[in-house]
Amino acid sequence: MKHPVGYNADARLRWTEWLPWVLAIVVFFALPDYLSMGARVLTYILFALSLDLILGYAGIITLGHAAFFGLGAYVTGMLSVKLGVTDPFLQLLASAVAAGVLGLVTGAVIMRTHGLTQLMLTLAVAAVCLEIANKATHLTGGADGLAGVVVAPIFGMFKFDLYGKTAYWWCLVILFAGWWLVRRMIHSPFGASLTGIRENRLRMEAIGAPVYARLVLVYTISAVMAGVAGALLTQTNQVVGLNVLGFEPSGELMVMLILGGVGRLYGAFVGPRVFWVAQDYLAKQFPEYWFFGIGLLLVIVVLFARGGVLGICDGLLAKFRSMRGGGTA
Amino acid sequence: MNSYTLRTTLVVAALACGVTALPVAAQTIKIGLISSYSGPGAAQGDQIDKGVKLYMKLNADKLPPGVKIELVQRDDTGANPDVAKRIAQELIVRDKVQLITGIVWTPNLAAIAPLSTEAKVPVMSMNAAGAKILNAAPYMARTSFTLCQSAYPAGQWAAKKYKKAYTAVSDFAPGHEAEGCFTRGFKEGGGEILGAVRIPFANPDFVPFMQRIKDAKPDVIFAFNPAGKQAAAMMKAYTDLNMDKVNIKYLGTGDIVTDEELAGMGDAALGVTTVHHYSAAADRPANKAFVAAYKKEYGENLNPGFMVVGAWDAMEAIYAAIRAQKGTIDAQKTVDFWKTYKSTTSPRGAFSIDPDTRDIINPEYLREVRKVGGKLANVELETITAAIKDPLKEWDKTDKK
Repeated sequence: MKHPVGYNADARLRWTEWLPWVLAIVVFFALPDYLSMGARVLTYILFALSLDLILGYAGIITLGHAAFFGLGAYVTGMLSVKLGVTDPFLQLLASAVAAGVLGLVTGAVIMRTHGLTQLMLTLAVAAVCLEIANKATHLTGGADGLAGVVVAPIFGMFKFDLYGKTAYWWCLVILFAGWWLVRRMIHSPFGASLTGIRENRLRMEAIGAPVYARLVLVYTISAVMAGVAGALLTQTNQVVGLNVLGFEPSGELMVMLILGGVGRLYGAFVGPRVFWVAQDYLAKQFPEYWFFGIGLLLVIVVLFARGGVLGICDGLLAKFRSMRGGGTA
Repeated sequence: MNSYTLRTTLVVAALACGVTALPVAAQTIKIGLISSYSGPGAAQGDQIDKGVKLYMKLNADKLPPGVKIELVQRDDTGANPDVAKRIAQELIVRDKVQLITGIVWTPNLAAIAPLSTEAKVPVMSMNAAGAKILNAAPYMARTSFTLCQSAYPAGQWAAKKYKKAYTAVSDFAPGHEAEGCFTRGFKEGGGEILGAVRIPFANPDFVPFMQRIKDAKPDVIFAFNPAGKQAAAMMKAYTDLNMDKVNIKYLGTGDIVTDEELAGMGDAALGVTTVHHYSAAADRPANKAFVAAYKKEYGENLNPGFMVVGAWDAMEAIYAAIRAQKGTIDAQKTVDFWKTYKSTTSPRGAFSIDPDTRDIINPEYLREVRKVGGKLANVELETITAAIKDPLKEWDKTDKK
């Protein structure tokens, strides 16, 4: 029961799984001033979900996931600024394809390694992407960033507005699709084989599972999702800066996922929320020292709550059950 | 009937009271301050912060009675346009600020520009200097400078003294502008550019670039970097390679020897020539009073750099706009006020804002690093011009004709 969501778990939707979506809709009506922040949280949830798929389920440790996120962000930005493609669906598609190709090509190399080598290689891929974006100023704007991204109204009707209403719904729908995909995947035999690879790679190879091919495939799928998240970031923000490709978003993403709980599907939903709300609150209260607060939060989680926020909830729930069940259990 | 009239009278009286009471009631004007409090640009953000706080502390009486300023500070973490845009959007939508100021970095100002236009929020740039951002942003104005204002005269001046130059600028919009304008001025005067190098914006090491320049043997380097710690690092590369000993002069905009970093640069900085609008060593009475106030507040050994002055003058322009509107801020009226704004009390000397472009018209001085009372200082040698419009935008106009 270490990982309650997986192939051997009941694949039917439990009522609690609808909670995040209900909450998201409540937020839309209850906090109209927070929608642009909400859209960003939803974007990062999708990004965290893509990381959870490879880190939490397949056990691929990466510090370079921002490469795909940043590529997606830049592809959407460049399409709009350089080629005048403003259709939001086309932008998403192009970002997904570009990130997927990068995921396939780099994954084919990186998945041959594991452990520390793998970690260094993912870091290197992100660093190379960052340097390309930095030097190819005629395409990416370099350190000046890519400003003036135009996104056409969705279906010609819903314009991306100052208050982030459209952006919020748009991100929510895309996230829902991503969540559905990931959920189906981890409850499938494919998902089971990923968990198997994470737990014992040698044994999976011994029973004849195509370990390498599975890893490359899941890495590519995860890259596509991260690319889509990057495209969403550009569409809601209408600006792309070099820092989407930096080490920071990769690291922050890891922090968010750890904060929520790794390998639990819904950890990706909790972590970014906690992270962004904490950041928003701290940055407002202490504009000079807010980074300190974030650091403290991470230290506390790593020291005292290894399973993240959801891990704490699980622990409490188990205690509660054993108390109620008493001797009969 | 009686109660009816009584009620009406009460309502009318209350309304009358309300109407007359409004202008004297305590009013709060919310101003968003976007600056860099963390990351590699924190030194620049600190300068902005010091300027803003000093002005507010010393000039509380310059606001109409009952009017208060609420400053909402946010950290843009450096030259990160997407973060700046996000913060500006939150300041407008959530905090409902009536005006935005601060902004150290050009990329950040460019990212905020469309927001300012869409939401009709006046923005006063305290530092970000990219010349063309204001063109498409009718609610933006600037109290800092543009690079061309100092780089073009620097090129003209250098052409009279040197034959061969090499340019070294940071690889982002202000750097490109500095490079282009210096080159134009230098070539018009008959000089020759041996080469141009653009140094990555977030650059840890200047030595390889400076070595390349040393090997090319120019008479003079024209340099621009985004001030702060980078200025000190570039100066260190210049001295480490002994470039001053092989007679390669170091010339630039004021960013390369900012007053706040100068003390740490050492004697190798002696003789560095720059063209800029502000020096803490200037002997104008307004500047002497300003530097004295700054030292009293922050310590005897600290000098205010040009960003402190940019922040100080921006706050003065904002306070003046509030006074002119009797304690309120209306976007259109504020920008209209700024368009004809003139200051005679600025530490940099008199400056004004160009009504056509909303950009600043600056005085420019030729300065050299010398020792004054045992300490390094940017001594102003001559006033190159008392008022220069941004040459880039002026050229655009003549090119169109």
